[in-house]
Amino acid sequence: MKRVGVFICHCGSNIAGAVDCEKVAENAKSFPGVAFSTDYKYMCSEPGQELIKKAIKDHKLDRIVVASCSPRMHEPTFRRCLESGGLNAYLLEMANIREHCSWVHPDDKEKATWKATELVRMAVAKVLKNEPLQRSTIPITKRALVIGGGIAGIQAALDIANAGHIVDIVEKEPSIGGKMAQIDKTFPTLDCSACILTPKMVEAANHPNINLITYSEIENVEGYVGNFDVTIRKKARSVDMTLCTGCGTCMQKCPTKVPSEFEMLMTDRRAIYTPFPQAIPNKPVIDRKNCRYFTTGKCRVCEKICPTKAVDYTQEDELVTQRYGAIVVATGFDLFDHSVYGEYGYGKYKDVITGLHFERLINASGPTMGKIKRPSDGKVPKDVVFIKCVGSRDEAKGKAYCSKTCCMYTAKHATLVREKIKDSNVYVFYMDVRTPGKGYDEFYTRTTDQFGAKYIRGRVSKIYEKGDKLIVRGEDTLLGRPVEVEADMVVLATAMVAQPDAAKLAQMVGFSYDQDNFYTEAHPKLAPVETHTAGVFLAGACQGPKDIPESVAQASAAAAKACGLLSKEEMPTEPIVSCVNEAICAGCGMCVPVCPYKALDLKVIQERAHGKTITRKVATVNSGLCQGCGACTVACRSAALNLKHFTNEQILAEVDALCL
Amino acid sequence: MKYAYYPGCSLSSTGIEYDMSTRKVAKALGVELWEIPEWNCCGASSAHLTDHLLALALPARNLAIAEEQGLDMAIPCAACYVRTKATEVEVKSSEEMQKTISEVIERKYTGQSRARALLDVFVNDVGLDSINALVHKPLKGLKVVSYYGCLLVRPPKYGFDDPEDPQSMDKLVEALGATPVDWAFKTECCSGAHAIAKSEVGLPMIEKILAAAKESGADCIATACPLCMCNLDMRQGQAGSKFGRSYNLPVFYFTELMGIALGIKPEELGVNKHFVDASGIIKKLNEAEGRRETA
Repeated sequence: MKRVGVFICHCGSNIAGAVDCEKVAENAKSFPGVAFSTDYKYMCSEPGQELIKKAIKDHKLDRIVVASCSPRMHEPTFRRCLESGGLNAYLLEMANIREHCSWVHPDDKEKATWKATELVRMAVAKVLKNEPLQRSTIPITKRALVIGGGIAGIQAALDIANAGHIVDIVEKEPSIGGKMAQIDKTFPTLDCSACILTPKMVEAANHPNINLITYSEIENVEGYVGNFDVTIRKKARSVDMTLCTGCGTCMQKCPTKVPSEFEMLMTDRRAIYTPFPQAIPNKPVIDRKNCRYFTTGKCRVCEKICPTKAVDYTQEDELVTQRYGAIVVATGFDLFDHSVYGEYGYGKYKDVITGLHFERLINASGPTMGKIKRPSDGKVPKDVVFIKCVGSRDEAKGKAYCSKTCCMYTAKHATLVREKIKDSNVYVFYMDVRTPGKGYDEFYTRTTDQFGAKYIRGRVSKIYEKGDKLIVRGEDTLLGRPVEVEADMVVLATAMVAQPDAAKLAQMVGFSYDQDNFYTEAHPKLAPVETHTAGVFLAGACQGPKDIPESVAQASAAAAKACGLLSKEEMPTEPIVSCVNEAICAGCGMCVPVCPYKALDLKVIQERAHGKTITRKVATVNSGLCQGCGACTVACRSAALNLKHFTNEQILAEVDALCL
Repeated sequence: MKYAYYPGCSLSSTGIEYDMSTRKVAKALGVELWEIPEWNCCGASSAHLTDHLLALALPARNLAIAEEQGLDMAIPCAACYVRTKATEVEVKSSEEMQKTISEVIERKYTGQSRARALLDVFVNDVGLDSINALVHKPLKGLKVVSYYGCLLVRPPKYGFDDPEDPQSMDKLVEALGATPVDWAFKTECCSGAHAIAKSEVGLPMIEKILAAAKESGADCIATACPLCMCNLDMRQGQAGSKFGRSYNLPVFYFTELMGIALGIKPEELGVNKHFVDASGIIKKLNEAEGRRETA
């Protein structure tokens, strides 16, 4: 005879405010199999758990129903409680009477109480059919992969490497450094971005535990936590890294000029190039799309000039596969394309630029050697207008979210203009000024009070060219009247958006992303660097707009999580996986393409039937890959596939309990 | 090609030359305009400032009559067009609204009959190639700034052209042989009725448009709205004298420019009714034409 214990949690007033918990506990006493039922204020607390353990002993309970919050919240808690009370963890069933009941029916206590009772009735019916399940273990490969070599990726790699693990950084550009390498100064201290980034780049390059795999992309990811098999495409650099000394002669002699992506197309690079002088590795690649030899078959200047004969036009892309225990995704962000803003000239006006263009214009190693000159005619601008929230907080043309960093970097830009051009006037059009962060609001206050930037609350409705001026028209909503500024240059604080190939990478690695293609953390508060896929962690702006301090903090957090995983020899696996009843499997193979984790396959078995030995195909589940989603059990026409802990029989018992 | 024609109140009064030129040009292009019998006021701007349902019901009655004939509506006036378009969109978006409105106007309107701006009909239905093929007297050498006004291509969701930098009128004048001049004031506000009620607000707004047109080097302005016409043409002298300037910028309805290019006599188009004398431009065009013919 099975003996079920039912425990109803009040969750303070979260549940008890809408549900009569005592009545639910009383009702549960009459359900078949229930030997004990009670309620308590906080079931997840220490005394709550003790209550369960004591009841197991006193009432000889062999299965437990906890009616409380979502199992996503506290199922692991109560499973541990059962184990320490001497029961198998999978003889627990949770009835979610908070998210599914009290929170959605706060105004009708009678009906909410009835619903809670029914949810408990279902859980009791299911737990009677539950089987004890055993966890197994899988080995962990002690090597981490960091995808993306910006500041977040570099920081995560350094932290993992310093903990003693081998890390590979895969970066798609020829150099690590990311967006931070393009930035001039950093808020709120105005220290030079390169001065704090490049030492980290060098440290990563020289670290015995870190391998830089630049100019490379992720081609394929298979496997699971502890054992990801990742295929990396090393794009052909056309330069032999072992021979090249990085002398740079080839870059001077190359006859082909191409607009430099790093300089926001404001100056040229060569077809054989490093993105910037402090690049790491400081060895060039040939941009084959633009190289004269690759496009016309003639030239070979770099080959002739190279003193070490490092140029190799015959190099091909190379695919390498490596096994990793953990993956940190740090692929960063892109900038919103403001050409959808017709009122700002559809991107046609040369002197309407983005914040990142401006970073290059004030950077000592930028196209103007740090002298602020406007792109159209190289004149030093006197009147500079900044417009915030271009593409952010604009559901009509851009994104609904706030890009978080723009208020601060615009304040920084305004300060720098006032500092570098003494007779300048700076106007900042804003919706709100959002400066939470250590030293941030003080910085903003200095921008207005000390540096005299004029902040105008309101949107810009139109920019048009008049002679060599840009007329910026907007509204001062505090004064309630239209304003017009004759500007020499306009800088748009364009939104931070996800990388254009963000969704593709997420699908390849196998984790989720939101409507804006930012990567989704496992829990917005309690698991902010984990993904729903075990062993895959997030760092930096690929998860959402972030500034440098936040990206670095998150990178270290992701590294800590990765190290936690890599510090173990093996890890327990979840026993909630699919299993095959080979006797009734027809071997149709329908389940194989349905499985999102590539856990299902067909195998050949031999069996004796009617006195003869026959061979036939049946489905087989790789329990290491199976994530227990249950998709295969739905696809299976003969019901040969069953998901442990959510078997057809268990689900039907719940349905029967509710409907019969 | 047949459309239900909705002239609206302006086209029988201040904007009569818009009506005259529209009818002449449509005939020349082979576009049949069936004037909606007993059409009523579109409601702009008093109705939508007073009552939302009234604002929808007024144009809905005109649309319903067009729908009974299975015709789309061609509307020259920008304000009439926007009010009627708003009704069409709202009726299409909800069955409940469709029911309410049909009840109010005691006619069925399902959203089948669409509100179309006359400029849209000429440029996109008749087509620039067909228009170009019918041009007898190309407007060679005439530099035109196209002035769409604030309503014609808005709201962006329902517009037939780019809301910030519209192109259709520019392309049309190009097809007529003229030179379209790019400028930043295509969709600027002409101050609408403020010019009447609050001239200290209205006149500076008019002045800005005229100044920008003059600065762009244009010979004339093309427009598609009777109120814009009024402000830019009738009040040009007033705006000029207030700021001590003289613009002498003739303003045309785009249909008048079409008519001239198609070889229709300017008087038949109503060009002689303008406040700013356009005869200089006509004369220049004729002289150029004469030179071409004798050459």
